[in-house]
Amino acid sequence: MSYQKRVDGRKFDELRPIQAKAGVIERADGSAYFKIGDTVAYAAVYGPRELYPKFLQDPARGILRCNYNMMPFSGSGDRVRPGPNRRAKEISLVTEKSLTAATDLSQFPNSVVDVFIELPQTDAGSRCAGICAASIALADAGITMKDLVAAVSVGRVDDKLVVDLNYAEEAYEDGTVADIPIAMLPSSGEITLLQMDGTLTKEQLLEAFELVKKACLEINEVQRKALKEKYTLERNDTHE
Amino acid sequence: MNKDLKQHCARFSALGIRLDGRRFEEYRPVEVEYGISNSAEGSARVKIGTTEVLAGVKLSIEKPYPDAPEKGSLSVNVELLPLSNPKFESGPPGIDSIELARVVDRSIRESEAIDMEALCVKTGEKVWIVNIDICTLNDAGNLFDASALAALAALRDTRFPEYDEEKNAINYDKKTDRKLPVRNMPLSVTVLKLGNVLIVDPISEEESAADARLTVGSLDEDTMCALQKGGSAPLTSEEIGKMVEMGLKHGAFLRKHI
Repeated sequence: MSYQKRVDGRKFDELRPIQAKAGVIERADGSAYFKIGDTVAYAAVYGPRELYPKFLQDPARGILRCNYNMMPFSGSGDRVRPGPNRRAKEISLVTEKSLTAATDLSQFPNSVVDVFIELPQTDAGSRCAGICAASIALADAGITMKDLVAAVSVGRVDDKLVVDLNYAEEAYEDGTVADIPIAMLPSSGEITLLQMDGTLTKEQLLEAFELVKKACLEINEVQRKALKEKYTLERNDTHE
Repeated sequence: MNKDLKQHCARFSALGIRLDGRRFEEYRPVEVEYGISNSAEGSARVKIGTTEVLAGVKLSIEKPYPDAPEKGSLSVNVELLPLSNPKFESGPPGIDSIELARVVDRSIRESEAIDMEALCVKTGEKVWIVNIDICTLNDAGNLFDASALAALAALRDTRFPEYDEEKNAINYDKKTDRKLPVRNMPLSVTVLKLGNVLIVDPISEEESAADARLTVGSLDEDTMCALQKGGSAPLTSEEIGKMVEMGLKHGAFLRKHI
């Protein structure tokens, strides 16, 4: 057996269609919408603001705090009970680490930058979509960053490496599946999120990194475009 | 701070306008969009000005309550997401979100908007449960009216998923053409008393400066289906009469967007 044709007809290195928009939540200091296939993420950034309780403060630098949450109606099956579960807490943690590597909060001692990620609809790849949205939102909030973090999952379906799995592919039954969410700083190729479910060889992993690098550069283009669109529009407005 | 804001509002009121330049009874533009989440059985997005909420309906099958063996049931939950307002915090629902959810719940429940008997699958054993979750995306005031409108829109968008009675399994990937039996159109209009004026569709600043609030749930221009007074200032019966009149009138305006 061999995986010849993807469930939704995409090429093996082809991402699902992506839409991104910066500045979608007026109350937030920065915000973004990121849609990849049927997975939709909103991110809002608040801060830098003072961090309480005080013992959490770092006098040398500000800290980044992320919160990933699926809306109760966003799962493909039963209703997701509101509030943090173990999965959401772990995703919040790895999201935080993946974005911390790109941000410079040394100017903001004792403060916190809060990133809230919310998903109204999911079809796999939600942590990666959340990171992509959060990264645009952080830039929109004017946080100093060395790169826009791009993230996507790469996977092995049977004998083939593929990018950006959807649920149907994750649930492929005629062979085994490995799912590897990866976040990258596209300009350096450095990896800031790496997880894996399933089995894989070292060679396959290194090959997966090459696939994901190309995909992350594509995502990065969309992220940059979203930011440019927002700020170009605003500049035009003030000229009227 | 509230005192300053109050005086500021009062100065505007004396000129016959509000902080954002609107008239006392002027509603912000309203937008309703259906089917915003394909993982829900029904969903909607409501924007009132820049206030934005999403509502999703999930259906499940459970055992009915023993005192109503032939009736399905309804549950309404509001998530005041910290992404939508810097003052909202993560964690279990606070009193504001509980009050909001209960007021939305009351309008739908007391108006018998959903035909609960049509939700019976097998008497005493299996009924459909309607779960409405309302999530705030941007809180620029008037979450009460936005939430009630989003809940109604999401209910009207809801279709049953396939259900295999023998296996007792719901196939959430397959929606049928059967719509949720929604019989009427409950929604709410919140009227604020701000100094000596009454206003509809408040922005956040007006909410924090307000003396009292009355949420008027209605079915049509004549019939109320829920009331909730908020705020610590008392209201006279004349004031309430006027507020109800405003609530019913603007309810008819909101219903046109459904």
